Amino acid sequence: MSKVDRRLEAFRQQGRKALVPFITAGDPDLDTMCDLIRAFDRLGCGVCEIGIPYSDPIADGPVIQASYTRALDRGLKVEAVFERLSRIAPQIEMPVVVMVSYAIVYRMGLESFVERAQAAGVSGAIIPDLLVDDSAEMDAVCRSRDFSLIRLVTPTTPEDRAVKIARESTGFVYYVSVTGITGERVELPKEITERIQWLQQQTDVPVCVGFGVSQPEQVTALSRVAAGVIVGSAIVRRLAPAADGSIKPRECQVADVEAFVGQLVDGLSTQS
Amino acid sequence: MASSPSDIDFRAVPDAQGRFGRFGGKFVPETLTRALVELEQAYLEAREDEAFQRQFQELLRDFVGRPSPFYFAERLTALAGGAKIWLKREDTNHTGAHKINNTVGQTLLTLRMKKRRVIAETGAGQHGVATATACARFGLPCVVYMGEEDVRRQSPNVRTMKLLGAEVRPVTTGSRTLRDAINEAMRDWMSTVEDTHYIIGSVVGPHPFPMIVRDFQSVIGQEAVAQSQERLGRLPDVVIACVGGGSNAAGMFHPFVPLEGVRLIGVEAGGRGGKPGDHASPLTYGSPGVLHGSFSYVMQDDNGQTCDVHSASAGLDYPGVGPEHSFWKETGRVEYTCCEDADALKAVETLARCEGILPALESAHAIAHALKVAATLPADQHVVVCLSGRGEKDAAEISRLRGEE
Repeated sequence: MSKVDRRLEAFRQQGRKALVPFITAGDPDLDTMCDLIRAFDRLGCGVCEIGIPYSDPIADGPVIQASYTRALDRGLKVEAVFERLSRIAPQIEMPVVVMVSYAIVYRMGLESFVERAQAAGVSGAIIPDLLVDDSAEMDAVCRSRDFSLIRLVTPTTPEDRAVKIARESTGFVYYVSVTGITGERVELPKEITERIQWLQQQTDVPVCVGFGVSQPEQVTALSRVAAGVIVGSAIVRRLAPAADGSIKPRECQVADVEAFVGQLVDGLSTQS
Repeated sequence: MASSPSDIDFRAVPDAQGRFGRFGGKFVPETLTRALVELEQAYLEAREDEAFQRQFQELLRDFVGRPSPFYFAERLTALAGGAKIWLKREDTNHTGAHKINNTVGQTLLTLRMKKRRVIAETGAGQHGVATATACARFGLPCVVYMGEEDVRRQSPNVRTMKLLGAEVRPVTTGSRTLRDAINEAMRDWMSTVEDTHYIIGSVVGPHPFPMIVRDFQSVIGQEAVAQSQERLGRLPDVVIACVGGGSNAAGMFHPFVPLEGVRLIGVEAGGRGGKPGDHASPLTYGSPGVLHGSFSYVMQDDNGQTCDVHSASAGLDYPGVGPEHSFWKETGRVEYTCCEDADALKAVETLARCEGILPALESAHAIAHALKVAATLPADQHVVVCLSGRGEKDAAEISRLRGEE
């Protein structure tokens, strides 16, 4: 069992739901990333998801893509992200996973990537462009090292395939709530509740739901049926520079995001 | 790879997983998998469906204007002073390039799958124009993503697309060229996949796109094989095509690949030279990696980030290449080299003045290399060059590069 498995199992036994915040590594900088991870840990978030910036992210919407571009323009390197994560790992209880393109994993080497990630205290990875059909090698590497390989199920995934994906997923299953790219949406599809319940019946692996979540009310509704709720763009947007290019001081940004994520944590359903 | 080209069944790729040897595959978000499976099924059925093939052939004949000529470039041959140079004239197609072969085929597939909207990306604008044209022919709404830098370099094509009723969306992310246009088109498709077909313009992207585009473009090579037999009484000695994503080269080479004794040469964009960032030649200078849903040669840094690339030609300004080209390179069946901007620009003028044919800057890379190769071969040998498109679109940019404006 990885740290993610243990954490979500502990939450389940306590009847708690997990908030899973996402931030981009290095936007605006790695100091902010570290401060935010500590803040999420204080707030009792279930898992923290760190986006590793990639030059050609096809699964991400404009908010996250822009944050990736900003981080890369500042010369961000994967090594630097791991180095900083390794330093704060001993200070936090909450597991950290990375969202990373297979282009980066492949370039580093599958074994080498997992080894370096684990050395940095990272407990798992979401590789959105690595499909279940093509991932035998990565799967073997991750299983041999107890590193969670979190897979995605989407509304367009046929049922038999969704079952296969859910059962092969480790840590949690990432249910994508809407067809399309990451980003905030005002309304979530109605059939989503049933779909999450159905998926959770197919597997013991906890189902967390993301894509398009930005308000406490959505968190409440989704956490009634899902083990966790993932929030990305709504946080990343708060860290983006203003229209004039200015960036608020780090303390303000951290306080702002901490307050927002605190509201989302408060929105988690307490019915189990 | 231990096996020699003669042991490899080049007709057997891609396999069921979309692999060309170790290249290709599907590296895409889960959201797209159903659409890719549906597309593959629809295409495999269409490929066996006589009515579909008849309609495609009729459109190629009456709408595109095929077969395209197989032209003996007499004065160019004299200039090279060696082997005879023949041009496979894709520049004479409707809309002026090979791109229309694929867009007509994929538009028929769109209708077959009952999708009601088409999106496409374009670099030089040729694929955008060809997509807008095929969509207009069948009354399908069409959105074309185009890097802002390319919108500037290829403004005549932007106007043409608009006249044809397409919406051109300038892409302002990243390097603002073809690669970013593909990212944006993929993103659009992620959200609209239920009713939209993405007509990708080259033999790149996730399976089944590299196979579909290659098959629709193979009419180029099939005609060239038949025309060689008819005009030369035999197969040519050398076949040359330019390679960006690699669709004209894939279409030209694919029918020749199983035919032993025909030397095949792909010419990439050498840009300003061999330094990273100065060229767009992943097969020459790059290494295998993942880009745009496929495992193939790519220009990437040590962190797996895609490098910025350069070519004077917008159609070749791309950091990746189709997976089948990587397979052909690795098996040794096709040789790949590159031609720098300056030589390509010179070849535009050479062909224009020798033959009265203004080639696209992309195709001029192949012409420049053909001149070099022909010069080393005896007069009884034959070199066939794929003249993938015509050059009017580049006239203004060439003037600008020469400092004439």
